[in-house]
Amino acid sequence: MAYIKVEEGIPGIRSLFKFSPETGKPLCDLAEVLLRGPSPLSSSERELIAAFVSNRNNCMFCMNSHAAAARFLFDEDKQVVDDLLKNQTADSLSPKMKALLWIAGKVQSNGKSVTPEDIENARKEGANDTDIHDTVLIAASFSMFNRYVDGLDSYTPANEEDYLEMGKRMGQKGYHI
Amino acid sequence: MAYIQLNNGLPGITGLLENRVDTAAPIRELTQILLRGKSTLTEMERELIATIVSFKNECRFCTKAHAATVIALGGSKELLDTVYHDLENAQLSEKMKSLLVIGSKVQEIGKAVLPEHIERAKKAGATDKEIHDTVLIAALFCLYNRYVDGMGAYCPEDPAYYQKLAARLTTIGYDRPKDAMARKGEESFK
Repeated sequence: MAYIKVEEGIPGIRSLFKFSPETGKPLCDLAEVLLRGPSPLSSSERELIAAFVSNRNNCMFCMNSHAAAARFLFDEDKQVVDDLLKNQTADSLSPKMKALLWIAGKVQSNGKSVTPEDIENARKEGANDTDIHDTVLIAASFSMFNRYVDGLDSYTPANEEDYLEMGKRMGQKGYHI
Repeated sequence: MAYIQLNNGLPGITGLLENRVDTAAPIRELTQILLRGKSTLTEMERELIATIVSFKNECRFCTKAHAATVIALGGSKELLDTVYHDLENAQLSEKMKSLLVIGSKVQEIGKAVLPEHIERAKKAGATDKEIHDTVLIAALFCLYNRYVDGMGAYCPEDPAYYQKLAARLTTIGYDRPKDAMARKGEESFK
C-alpha cells in the first residue's frame, strides 16, 4: 500500500498521476519530449538510459517498465537490454552509447561527479552537444521519477512479465495520457 | 562554462532552460505548479524543501538561488543554517520539520523514505497532498541539481545575481520570462 491514498491496483507512477493530475500532465509531457521527441539518440537508446538509471536507483517499477519499452523498441536487438541490466555488460553497445551511459551513471550518483574528461571521452566516440545534453537530462529526470515512485511507495508489480504489455504500449503510444 | 555550447549567456539553470525551450517547458510548468500553485504549504515552506535538497546534493547554484528566495519570502540566514545543520532545533512547526525530513530522505533515494517518516508527518497534521507535494518537490530538485552540475553550468559568485534571480522567482515565478530585458540583466553576471 502506497504512503498516500491512491486508487488500489494501478501500478507505479500512473497511480500518482491519478492522485495528482495537475502535476501528472507536465511529468508526462517531459517523458514524451525526452524519450520520443526529436533527438540524435533513438527512442530505444533513450529508453535504455532511463532503464539503466532506474536500475542504479533500485527503482524496480521504472526499471522494469522502461526495460520492457526498450526491449519492444530494440525489437530483434533486444538482447542489449538484458546484457546491460542483468549481465552488467555493455559490449554489445556502440562505444558512443557506452560513453553516454558512463555519463548517465555519474549523473545518477551526483551531477558534480561528471568531469570534463567524461564529456571529452563521449565526444571522442562521436557524441555531439545534443547527445550529451539529452543523456544528462534523461538521467537527471529519472533521478526524479524514481524518487517520486519509491518515495511514496507506490504499487510495484513483482514479475518482469507484468510489464510486457506496459512496455509495448509505451513503445507504441509514448507518454501522452 | 557549461560542457556544451549554449545559445545564450545566462548562468546556471536559466542558461540551460533557455537553450532548450522544448524540454524546459514541462519542467517550468511542473515547478510553477509545485512551488507557486495552490497549496496549504506557504511558498517559503516549499522553497525550503527545494533549498535543503539542493544543499544536500551540494549544488551550489541551486542552493544559493533558493536560499535567496527563502530570504526574499521572509526567511532568514539563521533559519537556513539551522535547517541545513540542525533541523530538529529549527524554528519551524513539527509538521514542517517532518516534511523536511521526508524531503531529505527523498534526496538520498526514494526507498529511504520509511513508514515511520510518513507516520510522523501524518501525526503532525500533514495531509496526503502535502506529503505528495513534498516528495515531488524533493524529487524535482534532484533533477535540477543533476542537470545544473551534470552540464557544468556556470555558477556566479556575486550575491547580487541571486538577489536579482530571487526577485524574479518571487514575482513572475518559474514561467519563462517574457521580457527579454530581464534576461539581459541576468546575463551580465559573468
